[in-house]
Amino acid sequence: MRKEIRICGFGGQGIILAGIILGKAASLFDENEAVQTQSYGPEARGGASKCEVVIDNKLIEYPKVLSPDILVAMSNEALLKYIGDLKDNGTLIVDPGTTDINEVRDFIDEHNIDVYEAPATMTAINDIGLKIVANIVMVGAITKITKVISKEAAMKAIEASVPKGTEEKNIKAFEAGYALAE
Amino acid sequence: MSEELFIQGNEACAKGAIAAGCRFFAGYPITPSTEIAETLARELPKVGGSFVQMEDEIASMGAIIGASWGGTKSMTATSGPGLSLMQENIGYAFITETPLVIADVQRGSPSTAQPTMGAQGDMMQARWGSHGDYEPIALAPASVEEFFYFTIKAFNLAEQYRVPVFLMADETMGHMREKMVIDEDKIDIVPRKRPELTDDYLPFKHVEDGTTPMPAFGDGFKVHITGLTHDERGYPDTNNPETHSKLVTRLCNKILNNRNEISSVFTQFCDDADTVVISYGSPIRAVIEAVLKVRKEGRKVGYIKVDTPWPFPNEQVLELTEGAKNVIVVEMNLGQMYYEVDRLLKQQNNVHLLGKIGGMLPTPDEIISKIKEVEDK
Repeated sequence: MRKEIRICGFGGQGIILAGIILGKAASLFDENEAVQTQSYGPEARGGASKCEVVIDNKLIEYPKVLSPDILVAMSNEALLKYIGDLKDNGTLIVDPGTTDINEVRDFIDEHNIDVYEAPATMTAINDIGLKIVANIVMVGAITKITKVISKEAAMKAIEASVPKGTEEKNIKAFEAGYALAE
Repeated sequence: MSEELFIQGNEACAKGAIAAGCRFFAGYPITPSTEIAETLARELPKVGGSFVQMEDEIASMGAIIGASWGGTKSMTATSGPGLSLMQENIGYAFITETPLVIADVQRGSPSTAQPTMGAQGDMMQARWGSHGDYEPIALAPASVEEFFYFTIKAFNLAEQYRVPVFLMADETMGHMREKMVIDEDKIDIVPRKRPELTDDYLPFKHVEDGTTPMPAFGDGFKVHITGLTHDERGYPDTNNPETHSKLVTRLCNKILNNRNEISSVFTQFCDDADTVVISYGSPIRAVIEAVLKVRKEGRKVGYIKVDTPWPFPNEQVLELTEGAKNVIVVEMNLGQMYYEVDRLLKQQNNVHLLGKIGGMLPTPDEIISKIKEVEDK
């Protein structure tokens, strides 16, 4: 069942934490295996950030994503850069607040891509009052749409990964993201 | 007792160091190794240890050599540019027989090249980087869990043979997160052999197995430590050919005579293999995936995962490749361990290189193409 997930956006959006949460949920709380890798530019914020997670029900040898089943784009630059790698019939999740899906419409049609728009940034601002939890909102949407991790595992992984004292806000962000996809 | 974690390779290395009894770290932060320093800066004080951020890598090596002679298991972590700066003091650690651990999380090279991209370009630097004759030990972890246990093994070997031990990881290994299990029952610690305080104790004695127990400063011994050629007391004796030859030969032989005890490999499918793929560190994971695939297609291909690039596992590799027509070495450089393999095997196999630079892990498909290329030509 090897599933390859790539989450990409700007440095500072919490892209890598989102991937860590998926990996933790799958491997520590769902009884699957997961490997998370990342690549980033030398900039701390504003540069390109890419996080990859491989989830499988057996031991994972090759740790990198070769051709993602699921692409999550939180910046337009990342969407344009990585859309071409997405598998035929793959799943694309974008934040419409930070991307323009029309720019990749041809690819989507040609390769029969399932597209979901999850306004993670706007939801984070409007529902939680904190733009920085957009990544956790996105984890909620990913969980609901792709089912690569269970909701229970996702919530346990969030609680185990976010700074102490922020668990409640982050769980709220997750629930808001989960509801977006309903 | 066992504990399940989803952490980075670099964090696992730091945890392994603490489990091994490391209580001193000195270093200078450098991508992609920094999380080792970061984790130890946070964790060492909690167990009574010390962390020092030094002014550079030259000083870092000096500090851990001093700390080791102070009686404390010590380490540093760096990447290629830092390892280059450490070389002078690494030679000093070899001739003074100072146990310590150097974690090198390799990145694109030469010079400062690619800070955030993976490579295995320092393999020969670990072998020959400092001047003169010496025999290093180097381990290459290929999973987060292995990075934890290999770090413990590195400290154990350092103590057992009184040598610096290299942990040769790479960016993928350092930054990758996956599940690891810390099993207390699997942790075996080699404590430092301490000498008895007697009048005839010699800190650099030419004992049969090559390794004399080492005192710490303050234990009450009269010890002199120098990078110059020294006698068994540690006193300089630089113009005596016999003293030099005896000392340096012993330094090399204490490793070479124990090559089979120190070196290790993991292997599968080599019994019937026409082609054997040899690799180490992160790329071996692509190799395993590729070998499993081509075996399903009926090709007789096996692999050897080299856990200890230095000393190279000569006997194991010779034996495992005996019936193979082709051997392919996969590594993230333009040929380093390849030359070691070629030197060892060219009488019995055709040795090929799949060397990849640029920062990306070789893919299973690239390895499959190479296997088909050498088998079908």
